[in-house]
Amino acid sequence: MSKVNALLQGTLDWVDARFPLTANWKAHLSEYYAPKNFNFWYFFGSLAILVLVLQIVTGIFLTMHFKPDASLNASGVPVAFASVEYIMRDVSWGWLIRYMHSTGASAFFIVVYLHMFRGLIYGSYRKPRELIWLFGIGIFLCLMGEAFFGYLLPWGQMSFWGAQVIVNLFSAIPVIGPDLSIWLRGDYVVGDATLNRFFAFHVIAMPLVLVGLVAAHIIALHEVGSNNPDGVEIKKKKDANGVPLDGIPFHPYYTVKDIVGVIVFLMVFSVIVFFMPEGGGYFLEYNNFDPADPLKTPPHIAPVWYFTPYYSLLRAVTYPLLGIDAKFWGVVAMGAGVVVFAFLPWLDRSPVKSIRYRGPLTKTLLTIWIIGFFILGFLGTKDPAYKFFGSIPGAPVAQLLSVYYFLFFLTMPIWSSLDRCQPEPDRVTMK
Amino acid sequence: MKKLLFAILFAPVVALAAGAKLHLDTAPDKANDMAALQNGAKVFVNYCLNCHSASYMRYNRLKDIGLNDDQVRDNLMFTADKVGEPMRIAMQRNDAKVWFGAAPPDLTVIARARASEHGSGADWLYTYLRSFYRDESRPTGWNNVIFENVGMPHVLWDLQGDQVMGEDHKLKLVKPGKMKPQEYDAMVGDLVAYLKYMGEPVSEFRKHLGVVVLIFLAVFFVFAYALKREFWKDIH
Repeated sequence: MSKVNALLQGTLDWVDARFPLTANWKAHLSEYYAPKNFNFWYFFGSLAILVLVLQIVTGIFLTMHFKPDASLNASGVPVAFASVEYIMRDVSWGWLIRYMHSTGASAFFIVVYLHMFRGLIYGSYRKPRELIWLFGIGIFLCLMGEAFFGYLLPWGQMSFWGAQVIVNLFSAIPVIGPDLSIWLRGDYVVGDATLNRFFAFHVIAMPLVLVGLVAAHIIALHEVGSNNPDGVEIKKKKDANGVPLDGIPFHPYYTVKDIVGVIVFLMVFSVIVFFMPEGGGYFLEYNNFDPADPLKTPPHIAPVWYFTPYYSLLRAVTYPLLGIDAKFWGVVAMGAGVVVFAFLPWLDRSPVKSIRYRGPLTKTLLTIWIIGFFILGFLGTKDPAYKFFGSIPGAPVAQLLSVYYFLFFLTMPIWSSLDRCQPEPDRVTMK
Repeated sequence: MKKLLFAILFAPVVALAAGAKLHLDTAPDKANDMAALQNGAKVFVNYCLNCHSASYMRYNRLKDIGLNDDQVRDNLMFTADKVGEPMRIAMQRNDAKVWFGAAPPDLTVIARARASEHGSGADWLYTYLRSFYRDESRPTGWNNVIFENVGMPHVLWDLQGDQVMGEDHKLKLVKPGKMKPQEYDAMVGDLVAYLKYMGEPVSEFRKHLGVVVLIFLAVFFVFAYALKREFWKDIH
């Protein structure tokens, strides 16, 4: 046995002399000290990595059988659409791989939204974690692009018309708009050229950037250390060896804890994959089982649920401004609705980070904002003429909530410094 | 011109979708009734698979519903030579467009595509196939309650008989067909069950596997949670 150990140690020494394996293991796992008071909200970072890996692995296998081809086969069905059904029927376990990938897309957004919400309530974006937050916003933007490009690939009615609507938005940009949208599509309408380039973006360009940003996100995190539900810096109180008093090694403590989180996540994920893969029409839209038909516009084109809050912001702008079409300002509002998150580290002037020690003003405004975000998301899935309970028109509600959406951020420097905060504790608390 | 034609053709669909809630009858659940599924396959092959293809569905896949290759070859294959072929049709799409105004859609995943906030795809199909009525203003002489001005004539007409739209906006059977109304409904139920199966042949297996996966994860959870407790007992 000692001979085996010596051989293993020798191999490790050989590698360490040439590559910082042990040093990295220590820096990122066994001697990376994380606060000991992580709660439920701290599962979603590692879960996001899990979903990323799931999407990449299932995606690789889907690429082996999927054909990005918009031409019609002998039965008059677009080849891309037929190849997805081929995966669902004739490829061994293809249905499982495909459902995992389609459910994974929605799961990715659920996990990332919860991860962002965690950052929002515990002030994880505050100094010294501004760059982590900015990398995170980059990941979020990239993820939206990845989802958008991927959604065209099954070449169903919603794939086609969703892409048509979104690419057409760019034509609202003054002067360069019309040419820009043709350049993006590679054609005058969404067609084979569009399908092929979206495929390239979806399987190579976006994942490459995404993985790079995730690496930067984690390196930046491990440089400054994790925030925690109390929002206090554990590095301020260290023992004689320089280890934070409230820190515990990520491995094994958080690896064993995250395994529990992973299993619970996989249980929820499996319920959807195995029992309701269409997610009630929200994860796989019913219309998308009709192959793309450029001559048949669906009566109601709605983006997939994870884009609908921003889609509501887009539709809320109905007034032309400075002689430019309202559609352009809608696009600006939609873009601003996503990008505004990037300014949070500089908009928040509160003396404390965590929601636990912030005053009633913050709690109220944030709660309203979250509820508003959900309602905007709901209205984005509906027709603009939708009425709540058949009587309250949805469109003005969406406009009101859109104004609140931005006012919340724009007035944050004022209300966050005015709020009556409680003093932060010296050390983290185990609640 | 073509665009205009299509716009006119699909205007009723748009009007319907924008309108009030569509009332759909609930299709009977026959997902595990092999006799019903086999009867549905028979009706499908005899009545539907002439104008409509099911081009992602291979004949030998019917083993899922208890039919072996010989049974399929002898009873259900009229237009294909090999049992591994998909359910294609001989009608040219360009001809079909001229004859019906639109080429009849491929029906493989129709039960999934017709699902909506109004009800499941099976409910829609079950209602649709029982809602044809005589309308002399239409080129085919038929119209449909939930798919207004549909291009398809009532193919199951000799089985159901003639329905007319009464002044109270209810359908009345004025000339009985070969089947009694209950028999016809049961037969349509079988056909819809088959269409639902064909939309996702793996669905029953998927649910069985899901139970096994969840049991495995539940057991895994117990061990993982115990491991976490053991490691964390010193952290206060």
